[in-house]
Amino acid sequence: MKTRPETILLIAALALSGTNPAGSAETSIIVQSTTSTANSGLYDYLLPTFKMDTGITVNVVAVGTGQAIKNAKNCDGDVLLVHAKSAEEKFVAEGFGLSRQDLMYNDLIFVGPPSDAAAIGGGRSAIEALSKIAASQAKFASRGDNSGTHKKEMALWQEAGLDPGQQSGRWYLETGSGMGATLNAAVGSGAYTMADRATWISFSNKQDFKILVEGDDMLFNQYGIIAINPNRCAQVKREAAQKFVDWMLSAKGQAAIASYQLEGQQLFFPNAN
Amino acid sequence: MQDFSEAFGLAASLILGFDADLGEIIVLSLRVSLSAVLLAALIGFPLGALTAVLSFPGRQAIAVLMNALMGLPPVVVGLLVYMALSRAGPLGWMNLLYTPMAMIIAQTILVTPIIAALSRQVMEDMHREYDEQFRSLCIPTRRVMTALIWDSRYSLLTVALAGFGRAIAEVGAVIIVGGNIDHLTRVMTTAIALETSKGNLALALALGFVLLILALSVNAAVYSLRASAKRLSYA
Repeated sequence: MKTRPETILLIAALALSGTNPAGSAETSIIVQSTTSTANSGLYDYLLPTFKMDTGITVNVVAVGTGQAIKNAKNCDGDVLLVHAKSAEEKFVAEGFGLSRQDLMYNDLIFVGPPSDAAAIGGGRSAIEALSKIAASQAKFASRGDNSGTHKKEMALWQEAGLDPGQQSGRWYLETGSGMGATLNAAVGSGAYTMADRATWISFSNKQDFKILVEGDDMLFNQYGIIAINPNRCAQVKREAAQKFVDWMLSAKGQAAIASYQLEGQQLFFPNAN
Repeated sequence: MQDFSEAFGLAASLILGFDADLGEIIVLSLRVSLSAVLLAALIGFPLGALTAVLSFPGRQAIAVLMNALMGLPPVVVGLLVYMALSRAGPLGWMNLLYTPMAMIIAQTILVTPIIAALSRQVMEDMHREYDEQFRSLCIPTRRVMTALIWDSRYSLLTVALAGFGRAIAEVGAVIIVGGNIDHLTRVMTTAIALETSKGNLALALALGFVLLILALSVNAAVYSLRASAKRLSYA
């Protein structure tokens, strides 16, 4: 078939029509983010105010912390907002980020079926809960995706002196997916799992699952915010990124975070210093 | 399953209520997938015709390769396109990652082998029928290809629809290169994945119904177009 050049141009124009490259204007930035902040609706609540204050559009790519950090290392973002402090500090130490600031926190919880075969319900100790689950070989759904929650879970297993990896595929189920997908898997198969409270509260497929363990200091879940280093990634929108970080850390941003509620509960607790 | 009936109700109210956000997502889904199919057809039809008409060493191998590439996993295509378009990648300077254009590129790569392989088969069968005639008239290869594409246009339309089906239904590639960004790169399939992960199963399923209706409408539109074209050509 003889394709005329103008036909190709026409089709290319059609394909491109209305395409607004995310990186074209100074007025939009990309935030590589953990899923809990996006899925819980926090950004939907905060970003319109931020846009009104600054005129900057924030495009959120919500993936697990591990993938968010990887994407940010590839310079595919202007700001990183995740929850794995040591990995974040490493990210900054390696020169990818300008500086890391505490932004807010919430906590991790254990959820499970009401039958509670491992009898962890009502306990406070995360280590004890994991030990009981392992001893009774009750099903446990793990993120298995190198996310912030997964890193925390692995640290807790290590603290308990257990290596569930050997039981992978038997009672220890590594979903390799996001928090929501893992909660769906846990609910579907009657398995325990560990989730951040924000995702749990905003999750709609709880069925008869309940929070069984909460309140352990070890389950503290800190979120951090980092502007990507423009010396490392030349295309970073330095000013807009810094404006976003500053706004989130400002009194106004912190108050906005604190005022976000779902089902009458506060999801994130600001603690910038 | 109460989710099922709830999903039906939700789907109906989504469509009848004409939700603006949903409208935006539908338009983007159609724009991305239709553009990808158009581009893939521009590459795939000539490629299919070429491999159907020309005989050269390695032709069988190319046919097998094209057939095999029909099974390209979307997530792998997404990953490859991500690595190419990432700011750290070779095409990073184009600033295309997390844009609808990136999604069009990924789906074009996904759909082109399907269109090329299926159209090659269609045109090869037709070529076998007319081969002697073409040769006796000493028609040049380019003209043969054009004639084959034109004469098999109705079958090729179905081929293009097969490609469209693949494009509109895939989530693996567009979620990686598009990032599922609200109001920018969110399409039907990534919205379904998102609502599933939020545990909103009824809403996710309702969006699935809407997607089915969308695919049905496109197929019905093409079918009626084809029917009226046929009627005209016999008139």
